[in-house]
Amino acid sequence: MRNNRPALFALATLVLLGGGVALALFWVPDDADQGFSQRIFYIHVPIALTAYACFGWGAWKALRLLWLRDERYDLESYTAVHIGLIFGVLTLVTGSIWARASWGVWWTWSSRQLVMFLVLFLFYAAYFMLRYSVEPGRRRANISAVYALFGIVLVPISFLAIRLSSDLIHPVVLKSSGPDMAGSMFLVFCICLAGMLALAATMYNVELTGKRLDGHLRELREALA
Amino acid sequence: MSSGDRYVFAAYTVVLVTVLVYVLIIALKVSRLDREVGDLARRARERRVAEQEDDREEAAVG
Amino acid sequence: MNGYFGDVAALARKDLLLELRSRDTVPAMLLFVVASLVVFHFALPTDATDRATEGLLWIGIVFTALLGLTRAFVAEREGSVMDGLVLATFDRSAIWLAKSLSVLAFLGLAEAVALPAYALFFRPIGWELVAAVVLADIGIAVVGTLLSAMAVVSRARELILPLLFLPLGIPVIVGGVGATVADEPGRYLAFLALYDLVFAILSWASFEYVVAE
Repeated sequence: MRNNRPALFALATLVLLGGGVALALFWVPDDADQGFSQRIFYIHVPIALTAYACFGWGAWKALRLLWLRDERYDLESYTAVHIGLIFGVLTLVTGSIWARASWGVWWTWSSRQLVMFLVLFLFYAAYFMLRYSVEPGRRRANISAVYALFGIVLVPISFLAIRLSSDLIHPVVLKSSGPDMAGSMFLVFCICLAGMLALAATMYNVELTGKRLDGHLRELREALA
Repeated sequence: MSSGDRYVFAAYTVVLVTVLVYVLIIALKVSRLDREVGDLARRARERRVAEQEDDREEAAVG
Repeated sequence: MNGYFGDVAALARKDLLLELRSRDTVPAMLLFVVASLVVFHFALPTDATDRATEGLLWIGIVFTALLGLTRAFVAEREGSVMDGLVLATFDRSAIWLAKSLSVLAFLGLAEAVALPAYALFFRPIGWELVAAVVLADIGIAVVGTLLSAMAVVSRARELILPLLFLPLGIPVIVGGVGATVADEPGRYLAFLALYDLVFAILSWASFEYVVAE
């Protein structure tokens, strides 16, 4: 069991995310201002933070690829970015639902997080378009890695840009739940965050294993042809 | 169910459905991999049998 | 070190001379940016504020830059010169620096026409706009050159460059429009300078991996 990474992470996910969601839905008290709908926060923000973590992990693997010139890291970087994009889209969807619940609109440019993830979505969607349009090999691995590094640098730069632009264009800043919340709320938030990270780790390991199997099978098929 | 509850339900459901779709895709992939491994095992077996027959033939001629 | 900058100068000079002789990229950029300004006039409804044109100017600048960047490595690709350049003894990042400088020169020429045209058609321009354009051009040149080298390798070629560039161009637009429109342009100009610094370093360091075989 100790060597079976996907199983370990799946178990962690079950406990942390399962427990966290149950607590978020049934145990934690209502938010004073926003009421019951504030509970979306317990999955929306962890999903967003997990997406950042995935993009960061992908960038780290990309750096290893370029630094050590080891093509093995390409699959790991690519898988991390893929999972990151899934979580990014989930951030946009849950964020949109929360915007609808809180402010009555499906989209608002005033939500810095929504705008940030829209920009990141555009960036990482282009990552896949780039990958599919280059022949597999060392060149594609290098280009993907460089692009993944650009992505992680874009995160703080975009954050600054969006902050600057919101001062300029949208003077009304809508505040979402900050760290100033009751102790029990913070605890549940942390459990959900850990659960989401465990979920991402599970998906990452499963997907990576699948891709590696694909690669090995291809080699075997060529050897036996 | 008030509209606030409905949105919370929708958000959690979206996450659950996404994970389940992911599981479905992985399941399809795993069954495809299983099929391919089986196919490769069959080919390896056939090749082994063919090699054994070649050896037997050579012995008969020699 | 002297050899490095000598290489950069030689490569940049080659690009500029090539453009001087063939004259296919810069005139197209000039015409495109002026045509865009005219389109902006027709695109804006009558009750749109004058300031809206300032935002549109920046869109014009970015898309004109894209036009020029698409052609950045075309000459090398068609002449199969790229492999020769890469195999040559100099530092590959010199290729990037030289190309960025020539792209910057082309952008500068385009802006030298676009800004007076804008002042003529719409509203007078201030020093903040010029400063912002200079800083933005540097950012566009450094990032665009690297992305252009990636696009050249891709099957999708011209199609992929805008997709790669636009998300990275959003901070440039924010900085540019901000510097033009805000009461205190300093913050936005400083942000553009930060963007230029960060992405110049990243592009310089990673270019060799993009062109490596």
